[in-house]
Amino acid sequence: MSAPVAFPSAKLPNGSGAAAILAAGIGAFMVAFFAIAADKSAAFKSLMIFWKPTGPLSGVTTCAIVVWLLAWAVLEARWRKRNVALARINTVAFALLGLSLLLTFPPIADLF
Amino acid sequence: MEITTRSLWTLMHGMGFGALYLLACSGALVELWRRYSPNAQQPITSRDESFLRIYFVVMAGLAWLTVLTGAYIVYPWYRAAAPPGTASLAGFPQRLLMSNPSTIAWHSLGMEWKEHVAWLVPISITMAAAVFIKYGRNLKTHPQLRTAVLGFTLVSFLAAGIAGFFGAMINKNAPVEGGQTIHLVHGESR
Repeated sequence: MSAPVAFPSAKLPNGSGAAAILAAGIGAFMVAFFAIAADKSAAFKSLMIFWKPTGPLSGVTTCAIVVWLLAWAVLEARWRKRNVALARINTVAFALLGLSLLLTFPPIADLF
Repeated sequence: MEITTRSLWTLMHGMGFGALYLLACSGALVELWRRYSPNAQQPITSRDESFLRIYFVVMAGLAWLTVLTGAYIVYPWYRAAAPPGTASLAGFPQRLLMSNPSTIAWHSLGMEWKEHVAWLVPISITMAAAVFIKYGRNLKTHPQLRTAVLGFTLVSFLAAGIAGFFGAMINKNAPVEGGQTIHLVHGESR
């Protein structure tokens, strides 16, 4: 049995975690954003066909993932050694995540 | 007893990776809620911490396997266009659902929601895994990070549940079938 270990230093800055959280909110929102854009514009829809058998879903999700990973990399580079206002970042990230849940729901997406 | 290759892939996508993800998700939520609360009394050992790190990585792997097999293996069979003059739409699930007013919403609402909302799952759980790998038991002293990891894991559970429910119902109404037939067991007639 491994022995209980005292808490490691609480000095670990929260910036890395905040970067991952906000980027995940952005990535989730981008899925909904690109899906709605592809649904509303025929030109954008055909642009999103990265792989024909899967259709526009291939481009919508690939673009969202690219934006998510880019946002994560940029935020990580800026925040990794810092403590940031996590309450505000959590609020924004949860708002983006909640919006993405709502905006992927077809009756709501169709309002745009 | 036999199964087609398309049916087998659909089974692996939904009942394999997807269902396993849902099961794993409930375990992670309980563990995070109980053990990593700032008020939790029981100390966290390095073994507990390593276990949950691996657990999150496996969950992220399952989430990615689910969406990738869904979008790039099963979905193309689902949305395949029927050639003009096709008499039976059995091999074209999307067209089959859209051909009947009583089943069209399984596509226009169910699949349209499922195919997008499912992608929130790997994004959310990859974040949760990354944060847990970085902070581990320090989450007890970073309650806001723990809240975010818990919240995103909970939403990933909800999104996976939505995708799983619609996947199961769509496949019940218009099964993805076809491809090679694999004989599993040769039965005997009575």
